Amino acid sequence: MMNTTAMTLAERYGARDWRDQRADLASVTVDPRSARDALAWLRDFGEYKHLSFATAIDNIERNVFTLTYTLRNQERGHSLMLHCDIDRDKPVMDSIHLLWGQAWTYQREMKEWFGIDFPGSPRVDEEFVLEGWAGPPMMRRDFDSLAYSDATYVERPGRTTNDPAAYMKEKLYPEATE
Amino acid sequence: MKREKTHIIPPAERAFPDLSSGKYLVMWQGPQHPGITGNMSLRLIAEGDTVVDCETHVGYLHRGFEKLMERRLWMQNFPLVCRIAVPEPDFNEYCYATAIEELAGIRIPDKAIWLRTFSLELMRLASFLMWIGGQAGAFGHGTIAQWSVTMRDYVLDLFEELTGGRIYHMYIIPGGVRSDVPQGFFQHVLEVLKIVEKNLDDIELVMFHNAIYKLRAEGLGYIPKEWIDQYGITGPNARAAGVPRDLRKDLGYLAYPKLDFKVILGTKSDAYERSRLRLLEMYQSINLLRQIIDAMPKEGIFKEKLPNPLHWKIPAGETYVAAECTRGEYGFYVVSDGSDKPRRVTVRGPSYTHAISVMERLARGTNIADIAGLMVSLHTYPPEIER
Repeated sequence: MMNTTAMTLAERYGARDWRDQRADLASVTVDPRSARDALAWLRDFGEYKHLSFATAIDNIERNVFTLTYTLRNQERGHSLMLHCDIDRDKPVMDSIHLLWGQAWTYQREMKEWFGIDFPGSPRVDEEFVLEGWAGPPMMRRDFDSLAYSDATYVERPGRTTNDPAAYMKEKLYPEATE
Repeated sequence: MKREKTHIIPPAERAFPDLSSGKYLVMWQGPQHPGITGNMSLRLIAEGDTVVDCETHVGYLHRGFEKLMERRLWMQNFPLVCRIAVPEPDFNEYCYATAIEELAGIRIPDKAIWLRTFSLELMRLASFLMWIGGQAGAFGHGTIAQWSVTMRDYVLDLFEELTGGRIYHMYIIPGGVRSDVPQGFFQHVLEVLKIVEKNLDDIELVMFHNAIYKLRAEGLGYIPKEWIDQYGITGPNARAAGVPRDLRKDLGYLAYPKLDFKVILGTKSDAYERSRLRLLEMYQSINLLRQIIDAMPKEGIFKEKLPNPLHWKIPAGETYVAAECTRGEYGFYVVSDGSDKPRRVTVRGPSYTHAISVMERLARGTNIADIAGLMVSLHTYPPEIER
């Protein structure tokens, strides 16, 4: 069944790089233009009816965001992570809110956290968890949260800060070497 | 192949009432409110005492865990992950530790498998005890909350004895668990389970046979079976609709395949059915804990030796590890680029869909006095939404 799914995804949607991570988990990559159709096919014909989650990874070195949709085939006890890379400079992706009832929330999160737009997705432009946030999308790799915090907020006097790695080495593993 | 009838899921109908008409009342329930599970807000629009629109607002507990984890060493993230779901932190520890082990190719000892199963099942019981207090309290049964929180405290005493911590344990670590059980510990566990079981009998009698509770909870928040896949509903919320979703069976992780238990199912799929099902699962947890104690290996190591955590680099790769927590599918998606820090960690909490998409839809048409009971019947924790 897994091979049939892989073959069909490859033939119909140009899917590539099928990789079995475990007996019950695999990943595959598709072109972003085919991603929504591939997801609809997986849901309606491939028995991958359950959307576990959708998220993004900032692969800044390749100047892409990798979107990951994780689906589960309950009958066969198998999960599939479908990846697609979108241009980091023009981060726009097809919305899947008509395929799963909770997908719009994941898309709203990705819009706020990564700046990826999903035109047509309900409430995609509304704030999600960062009320009143004026900074850049905070989950991007080039957003330095420490530098932003230092530049934005005032340090309260009388507080000291330790570098966690140095502190841990000094207190817990003083004898540790490379 | 057969095509599903529901090819496109239509957006849930929203009323968008004319607020200037004077017919409607806008009110916020939360973030500080006894009828809210944690710091979360519901923006409700009511016509008379009937809710016509609901929006879930989150963000009050956002601490940027996923961002912080990208800046810390693999092992340094353990004090962070347990805080993502406060009432049951062990599932975070398990998923994160197992993902690291899978990427690093580490196998854990047999004893660690059993100790992890024990820890997760005890955590399930503690979390359900907290939940049932909230569920009863939302319908005016303050006494039950007093009882169940006391019982939870006894369970937290056990965690303190086992791990040194009451709320956050950091007991499950890559390679196994942090320590073996203290002498006489399992005897204490069996004594507490006996007390809790007796208390559950009392709760069952007082709460589930109470006319007011039945009148208010029956028929409230009905989840149709076809919503389960459409909305990604898992855990007791799915099982109460008669859908057998339980990752303990479906994935067969840790020692669960060796334990004797059946997936408990409901039929009516309303708030009463969901709470009744959770009560039965609490009895089931007690039974599983007794089985685990009986089968626990007496000898053997409880953890594998790990590399120096300050210089530990995890091979590049990605994985998704999930477990059945009290609310359903709880999972960690972990990506490594081969360095000493995670490249990306995403937490999949069941509250994400239950507290937003499902809650917003179920709230419409509900009497405003029942919103708190409805919310608790979905059993949600906001921190796992916000991360």
